Amino acid sequence: MTPEAKPPQAIAGAPEQVSQERREFLKQCAAAAPLLLATIAVAEGVAAGAEEPNYKPEEHYYGMGISVNKCIGCGRCVDACKTENNVPREPFYFRTWVERYVITTDGQTVVTSPNGGIEGFPSTVSEKGILRTFFVPKLCNHCANPPCVQVCPVGATFLTRDGVVLVDKDYCIGCRYCIQACPYGARFLNPVTRTAEKCTFCYHRVVQGKVPACVEVCPTGARVFGDVTARSSPLARFVRFNEIQVLKPQLNTEPKVYYANLDGEVR
Amino acid sequence: MQGLTEQLNNVLQQVSGYIYPNEVELQWSLLIVVYPYITGLVAGAFILASLERVFNVKEVEPTYRLALLTALAFLLIAPLPLLLHLGHPERSLEIFLTPNTHSAMAMFGFIYAWYLAVVLLLEIWFDYRRDLVLWARNEHGLRRWIHLILTLGATDISEAAVEFDRKAVRFITIIGIPSAFLLHGYVGFIFGSVKANPWWSSVLIPIVFLFSAIVSGIALVLILYLLTGLVRRGFEMACLDKLASFLFYALILDFSLEILDFIHRLYEAEESIKILSTLISTRLFLSLIVLQALTGTVLPLLCLAFVSPAFGRPLVRFPEELRRLVYLGSAVLIQIGIFSTRWNVVIGGQLFSKSLRGLTVYKMALTGMEGLFVSVVLLAVPFVLLYIFVKLLPPWKESSPTQPPEGAAGD
Repeated sequence: MTPEAKPPQAIAGAPEQVSQERREFLKQCAAAAPLLLATIAVAEGVAAGAEEPNYKPEEHYYGMGISVNKCIGCGRCVDACKTENNVPREPFYFRTWVERYVITTDGQTVVTSPNGGIEGFPSTVSEKGILRTFFVPKLCNHCANPPCVQVCPVGATFLTRDGVVLVDKDYCIGCRYCIQACPYGARFLNPVTRTAEKCTFCYHRVVQGKVPACVEVCPTGARVFGDVTARSSPLARFVRFNEIQVLKPQLNTEPKVYYANLDGEVR
Repeated sequence: MQGLTEQLNNVLQQVSGYIYPNEVELQWSLLIVVYPYITGLVAGAFILASLERVFNVKEVEPTYRLALLTALAFLLIAPLPLLLHLGHPERSLEIFLTPNTHSAMAMFGFIYAWYLAVVLLLEIWFDYRRDLVLWARNEHGLRRWIHLILTLGATDISEAAVEFDRKAVRFITIIGIPSAFLLHGYVGFIFGSVKANPWWSSVLIPIVFLFSAIVSGIALVLILYLLTGLVRRGFEMACLDKLASFLFYALILDFSLEILDFIHRLYEAEESIKILSTLISTRLFLSLIVLQALTGTVLPLLCLAFVSPAFGRPLVRFPEELRRLVYLGSAVLIQIGIFSTRWNVVIGGQLFSKSLRGLTVYKMALTGMEGLFVSVVLLAVPFVLLYIFVKLLPPWKESSPTQPPEGAAGD
């Protein structure tokens, strides 16, 4: 036996020592378990909170109705949208905007939207020669057949089960193809996040049972939000009692923003 | 952000008619003009190279390797303008990892990888393999090692092995032609499939892109062959004449397709015709009518028609020196014309509003990522790469070792 070799009893005692360590470890685990479980529970709670536990997307299919006759061009919707969604205030980035159409007796159509109509519209110099004039609020049409979703190379923009087109800003690579593909000019590149951005129907509000900010603040009720499919929703009533048109129907994008009394000049 | 706001405020002052407020910022700028221009050169140069291999056009043989190396140099740079343009370049790999299979753009990575790895690199390798082995045997120092590594250990240059190489090259070229069509046709499809944009949305766009690519590729190789010929003091006039003839044929096809597209739009006179007519006669007058159509197409067409033997024999017999000068001038004009074509598609397609009621302007910056300098550098880098490639893998006939050194064959 070499001097370094351990006596038999020492070797026999080794398993005892190991099992002691194991017991300590298991004890510590047992003590830590509630903490671990609590952490998981909190994390789950946070995740569930993000999705609203009582919200069932499959029970909804959203759209918006816009009554052109009711819009007075005050621009409060534009302002509310920028505030609610933290949209850059510069006049080049809009999730929603209002256009004014002035059609003169000689057949000219003049369209304006100064700063997206956020401060309203300056009055026309003379009412002489005006055949008709009206305001048209615009926003993402949340198309059922969205070209923006089709072209996104990474799937960062997508159609939710409840019919809303959203952009995942943590996934968007900023190639801007979706902006090119949108026929309505509803998208822009957020200069801060460098990702594509657009109207979400205020999805964070909708899942809480609220209406989008623009609908909330409209003083004339020109915007109606709700379920397209539910028979009793305000939107269903709107669609039933008005003659409805959508923008650029020839492009087969199947918009879910429905306009009542839309003029043929509007593109 | 401050600079951007200032720039957009300037643009806003120059908008005519009505544009959607989100349209003030032009989304795809100079970098995206450079991208299809570069891929066009790649596809064109490759198709020229395949003329010799597949269609046995012996006259253009001296340009075969030069064309392949040119295609490679430009292909390596092709993704850079796209990458630099992204809002989040660090997420670019998502295109490969989690592609949206419905997106045309998502196919970029796969088409690019296929073209680079399967077509171009493989063809160059098979074509050069015998020479690499022989060079490595005769050389010393770093060059020897580079050439030896490039053989990838395949040093068999027996007749059977070389014959296999030859067959492989032919096979890859045959696959390569549709691949080159795919590479550039795909770029055209990116634009042609945007139904929201009447300037882009046309089934002819990918085909027009393809033919303009062939034109630009042949023109570039012609320029390179001429210039390198001046330095090396030697070129084959028959080759230049053939190149010029092919350039003429390709240009005729390209021009016919463009005219067809133009007439078709004019005759159909859809909703967008008014704004597009205004666009052409104002914002695009210089780049479309003057640069693309007149000096980039009609003028070189006339020059080549008279000087090159495109109709069997030249209409006017010029001395060789003058012929070379006309070829060079025509090819340079064609390059300017094709670059203008890309400009007119990419920038032109964003100068009018999708409301079809107004026009905006494009303010090209000099500095910054989207500026002129970056694009000039991006266009210059392929020439530096090409210089290195030519030094490492001389594409000239006289550089190719004709006789294996004694006792070296078949090891």
